[in-house]
Amino acid sequence: MAKYGIGASVLRKEDDRFLHGRGQYVADLRLAGTREVAFVRSPVAHARLRAIHIPEGLRDVVFTAKDLVGVKPIISSPPLKGFKRSSQPILATDKVRYVGELVAMCLAATRAEAEDIAASVDLDFEELPAVTDMLAALEPDAPLVHEEWGDNVFIAFSEDGPVDEIAKTAAIKVTRKIRTSRHCMFPMEGRGVVAYRDQRLRYLTLVTSTQFPHSVQTGLCECLGLDDGAVRIISPDVGGGFGYKGLLCREEVALGWLALQVNHPVRWLEDCREHLSANANCREHHYDITGYASRDGKLLAIDCVGYVDAGAYSDYPISSAPEAAQIANLLPGPYVFSTYRCRSAAVATNKCPIIPYRGVARSGICLAIEVIMDAIAREAGLEPYECRLRNMVRPDQMPFDNVLGKHFDSGDHPECLRRAVEAIRLSEVRARQKQSEPDGRLIGVGLSFFVEQGAHGTSVLASWGRPIVPGYEQANVRLTADGDIEIRVGTHSHGQGHETTFAQVAHEVLGVDFDRIKVLQGDTLYTPYSTATWGSRSMVMGGGAVARASRMVAARAARIGAWLLQADTADAKVVEGRVVAGKGSVTLREVARAWYLQPQNLPPDVDTGGLEVTAGYRADRDSGTFSYATHAAVVAVDPQTGLIEILDYVVVEDGGILVNPMIVDGQVCGGTAQGIGTCLYEAMPFDAQGQPLASTMLDYMLPGPTEVPNIRVLHMETPSPYTEFGMKGLGEGGAVGPPAAIVSAVNDALRPLGAEVHDLPLTPEGILAAIDAASARTPNG
Amino acid sequence: MKPAVFEFVRARTLSEATTILLESEGAARVVAGAQSLGPMLNLRLVQPRILVDVTGIAELTEIDDRADAVTLGACITTANIEDGRLPGRGLQPLSVVAGRIAYRAVRNRGTIGGSVCHADPAADWISALCALGAQCVIAGPGGRRRLAVEDFVTGAFENALAPGELLQGIRIPRLSAHGHWGYNKLCRKAGEFALAIGAVVDDRERNSFRAVIGATRGRPIIVTEAREIRRTDGTGLDAIAVTRLFDRHGITDRATRRQHAAVLARALDQAAGA
Repeated sequence: MAKYGIGASVLRKEDDRFLHGRGQYVADLRLAGTREVAFVRSPVAHARLRAIHIPEGLRDVVFTAKDLVGVKPIISSPPLKGFKRSSQPILATDKVRYVGELVAMCLAATRAEAEDIAASVDLDFEELPAVTDMLAALEPDAPLVHEEWGDNVFIAFSEDGPVDEIAKTAAIKVTRKIRTSRHCMFPMEGRGVVAYRDQRLRYLTLVTSTQFPHSVQTGLCECLGLDDGAVRIISPDVGGGFGYKGLLCREEVALGWLALQVNHPVRWLEDCREHLSANANCREHHYDITGYASRDGKLLAIDCVGYVDAGAYSDYPISSAPEAAQIANLLPGPYVFSTYRCRSAAVATNKCPIIPYRGVARSGICLAIEVIMDAIAREAGLEPYECRLRNMVRPDQMPFDNVLGKHFDSGDHPECLRRAVEAIRLSEVRARQKQSEPDGRLIGVGLSFFVEQGAHGTSVLASWGRPIVPGYEQANVRLTADGDIEIRVGTHSHGQGHETTFAQVAHEVLGVDFDRIKVLQGDTLYTPYSTATWGSRSMVMGGGAVARASRMVAARAARIGAWLLQADTADAKVVEGRVVAGKGSVTLREVARAWYLQPQNLPPDVDTGGLEVTAGYRADRDSGTFSYATHAAVVAVDPQTGLIEILDYVVVEDGGILVNPMIVDGQVCGGTAQGIGTCLYEAMPFDAQGQPLASTMLDYMLPGPTEVPNIRVLHMETPSPYTEFGMKGLGEGGAVGPPAAIVSAVNDALRPLGAEVHDLPLTPEGILAAIDAASARTPNG
Repeated sequence: MKPAVFEFVRARTLSEATTILLESEGAARVVAGAQSLGPMLNLRLVQPRILVDVTGIAELTEIDDRADAVTLGACITTANIEDGRLPGRGLQPLSVVAGRIAYRAVRNRGTIGGSVCHADPAADWISALCALGAQCVIAGPGGRRRLAVEDFVTGAFENALAPGELLQGIRIPRLSAHGHWGYNKLCRKAGEFALAIGAVVDDRERNSFRAVIGATRGRPIIVTEAREIRRTDGTGLDAIAVTRLFDRHGITDRATRRQHAAVLARALDQAAGA
């Protein structure tokens, strides 16, 4: 049973096609008569659009806002008090608010010709001053992104504990300013849309690379004024999402509209430049954070002001609220302390919207709190891990409600930290640091610890004011006439391997041959409505639903099987693909044959729903699962060049009961690679006029195979008390921990020089500037 | 992005290529490996009317192996140089430099001549070839001429080719048996363009010392007097002297100076066998 069920590192079903180059991505779809779309995008960050000049003879193939009669803008306005609404036109109307905003849509036989047309369209602007920095945007005289707001704040959050009292007496006070860069999400496959009218099924069909088929369906219908039933969304193989494919994009609406006007399919494929400089960014935060502690390193209070540079618009369906909400909500992290004050805000700027990237705000939050923990450790004269141990939840305190009532469901945090300290060989690194390196580099060791809330349920998300709140996640499980299992889920794998792991869950319950279990997803035509895949939820929620539906199919099969065996239903159960009652058994295939082909053999009280069940699932307690992990890194910093090399990297993670440890390792390593990118490489800088400066991969740096070290992943498996099989969500954590761990290690290396760095990414120039600043401070430096 | 429309000509002879270049009056561009020009075309940063592919011209992939120098055809790929498929001794620095240029896929198509003509200050070939004292062999309507690589590169992304001219090859003097060299570059990640390049060729038998500070904002900085950068006792970089050099060439940013000094010191040490 363990071979294919829960806990088995089964090779992925989907890899046969992926590794042989037979994946089916949007761009692989070839429909006869397809014409290509290229967009005219705003070349300026902030301007009034006075006129669009279309050359004579091209009026029929260039579409502007004037043509999109009846099409509504994208409005993503969570029902939160004080949230200021942004109205994002599909094609620009009177004003453009960032470089890359869609202005006109051009249609031609090929993309190159469509781009020729786009280049011939002339835009007449009245340029306005742009606001390109979140702090500058808060100044009273700042240009307004949305004039009607009166300021540039989408929404502010606050938690207001009595920090001032603690401040009077705390022995240790540490304050830091921290910046995390705006960066891009860079799935290997970009966005892409093919839209056409399906005359037979009478759908407007969009084949689009999305994490959220049903949300795109709902959002698209709102914009186009259609009913959900008029639109079918197909999301085929998706080559990475990470949040970037978790929004309704204007291109989807534009092509949906266009497909209704013409008699052929239309297609737009995002290119690298559009990804880099136009569509959505992530991660740009600013923190002013202070920690108070007692002399022995016990954390007493955290006081923080945090900002998110949210860009010009609130994207659908996530909105621009959660990133700033998470700062206020999740900053306390895993630590035990009683006094917390935090103000956070999502600030509008003339840049493209920020949307949640793997881990949402948590890589920045984790960095902010861990920088403070390191600083407290230094003041208290403690090893950073000892300082953290003093402030952690003990296993006997679990489940534990933190200062904001976050309910940590289970686990042994100190053990996780201890294992990482051992695995990274802290004492050996400390000994090595006492010798000087032959190449003159400085060695540092650092770590980060964090909790990862996943599978947030209805109660959490309703309180966060999400426009679309998930409820019962549904799965449809069908025993076919051949005795195979078909599973239909509304979650959508964009690399997570759901075709494998959901099949493992059904196999665990039904014992049907693993090869005969098929998972179907990514099509609103045949899958249950779902908020889909985000927030480390699919395995817990979708997997939970598959387990539940599988059990219900098993119960129905058992009744038929018992009748065929002439046994008591109460004695019959499904074991390894058979209905067993006493000494007799029949295969599920024989049961299926009876239902589908030989109904004369069915019991009179047979469940007339047959051998197909759609069941909904929600965790017993839906406050979310709390995975946790320690990331530990050893780095070498070259004080001559500022270059950083990661010498060793360890992750100790407790993600509850693991369905497929091999896939989990892949998730952790992939996330960690992205976190390394966040920490060391990735940045989308803008100039003062709001021009994005990294518009090709020459300027935008991603970590490659040579920059990602061999990541050693160690697991603990503490079951969640609230979920099926004790599973926890863990898809994002890999990306959360690295910036804090690497920054911690770099600062450990720089400590002999008295230098410290906190702004991401850590560039060679930034390291050298910090060393220079430190040597200017010390008299003999 | 897709390129704007262009006419594509695959030239068979040098004279065919130079004729097209001359007659196009600047509207034609030469393409070899297309590793830099390809993306620029796609981004429509360049929109030539005619693209002249010169990789089919026999002379441009020839190697002329002489006792004192080897001349590499401009269209010889970096991968072929990396793999050591060049005759003769003394050219080992070339294959070492080649092996660290970008990624193998780029090296498979990218050519030495294309890189020199593109004249990206941060690319390896111009710095390495300047250190080796290489010359560009230029073919044009009026015949051939030679120009030192440092004179061929007239600025960032600018070269000295006149209308109708084409880079035919690169003439690289051989190192003597006792010639020493060092090459070091600083890249944030493997395969990226360098932030700083240091190249040193110290060939006492030929009485030649050449050092290059590359990946600057413009042309590489060439040093031919060892005392301008090396301590008088010959043991590594003279920090004060190199500071004067930076001042003279307008390299003022503290971090940039430190990075250039570090890679140059390492190249010097390597050339000294340290």
